[in-house]
Amino acid sequence: MYFESFADFLEMGRHGFYVWTAYGVSLALIVTNLVAMVHRRRQVRAEIRRASRREEAVENHPRNEQSS
Amino acid sequence: MNKVRKQRLMVVLGVVAGLGIAVALALTALQDNINLFYTPEQIVSGEAPVGRKMRVGGLVVEDSVQRDPETLEVSFAITDGNGAFTVHYQGILPDLFREGQGIVANGTLVSRENFQAKEVLAKHDEEYMAPEVQEALEQAGHPGANKSGGKPEYGDSDEKSGSASYQ
Amino acid sequence: MWNWLKKWYHKLGSPRYFYEITGAWLPWVWPLAVLTLGAGLVWGLAFAPPDYQQGNSYRIIFIHVPAASAALLGYVAMGVAGLVALVWRMKMAEIMIKAIAPFGATLAAIALITGAIWGKPTWGTWWVWDARLTSMLILLFLYLGVIALQNAITDPRQAGRAAGLLAVVGVINVVIVKYSVQWWNSLHQGSTIRMTEESTMPPEMLTPLLISMAGFYLLFACIVLVNARSEVLWRERRANWVRRELSNVL
Repeated sequence: MYFESFADFLEMGRHGFYVWTAYGVSLALIVTNLVAMVHRRRQVRAEIRRASRREEAVENHPRNEQSS
Repeated sequence: MNKVRKQRLMVVLGVVAGLGIAVALALTALQDNINLFYTPEQIVSGEAPVGRKMRVGGLVVEDSVQRDPETLEVSFAITDGNGAFTVHYQGILPDLFREGQGIVANGTLVSRENFQAKEVLAKHDEEYMAPEVQEALEQAGHPGANKSGGKPEYGDSDEKSGSASYQ
Repeated sequence: MWNWLKKWYHKLGSPRYFYEITGAWLPWVWPLAVLTLGAGLVWGLAFAPPDYQQGNSYRIIFIHVPAASAALLGYVAMGVAGLVALVWRMKMAEIMIKAIAPFGATLAAIALITGAIWGKPTWGTWWVWDARLTSMLILLFLYLGVIALQNAITDPRQAGRAAGLLAVVGVINVVIVKYSVQWWNSLHQGSTIRMTEESTMPPEMLTPLLISMAGFYLLFACIVLVNARSEVLWRERRANWVRRELSNVL
């Protein structure tokens, strides 16, 4: 460990603001991408499941075919 | 590869090659504008127009920095090994401003020898070192420890200044 | 070798095969990515020595350089996918373009933002219009252009080819970014990590930098693969294998 105390670590020798802003912004951008990625994955899966359930229901009840 | 694909490949490669050549030509023609600054060599040789706003860049000459104790006025010489001139500046210099280090100054070229800067930026090189290592090197009198004595790694380096013909 | 490559290419060209094999890879690559990225950044932030001139502000390098390098490499990968999409009309290549662009744009933005934040204490300015900074900004715009083309065209196959052309052509800019500090004089310094000669950095700084770089590449790969898998499912949503795949796992 290069720094002597946690306060030193946060301060980064007067450059704390720059270093932590850079790391913070980068982390925020990466997390945004991860959230979007998970969201898209869930959305696609849910949508396909819904569609296949709908079609199955149609197949199982031929009467519904006319009404739809 | 079948004929259609070969044809498509040729078209795509042709487009890329054509565009690449066009970009290369444009960049060569705009060389002066893309270069961020004029080098001391260009200033001394008369390539840079006197009286115009521009950026200049070079290494700060050792022992050339003079500060006025009353005002914040400071002057120093910059060089690239092929010429040198004096930069005048009033204000606070960046942390990394040091003798022997590269700087880029924004301002007006008053004469072939004098540049009035409005803004001074520190350029740093690609060398990174731990402080103790640097001290040790300096004490041992290692030639690499002190940048100013070393290679002229600044501005137009050797391979370029030889062949480049601006204007 | 060539035959092996050709076989691999045809296999990966099948969306179903791609989906299955990457599904087997991801449980391994994800933890590896998180570990390397975490190790590289913690090492760089807390354990590497400070720089003799810049002090601790140089620690921004541990995200700045890996992000910039991954953004450039990602663009080249997208360019290759673009070429394959244009010439061989391979569906998987179109999907890859779409999967790479968003995180590539994010990485280019991270490189620009961290560079600006780093520039303020070291150079004395957030931004100058020099060759390196400007060409990097163009890289971000090219990424955004690829995304915009994808979104503007409704037909996914046409969108893939249009975006592919921009991806291929944009590779020219990657070359400009790479050599900008050699061709023109700029405020940005030359490269520290060198392939052919010794890097201008001691091992106690270079090691965490290289680890962090590996971490960024791995994270990029993971995000691209997951996005590509979602896109495969979506485009093949009427296929039986997709229906079966999704009904197996609840």
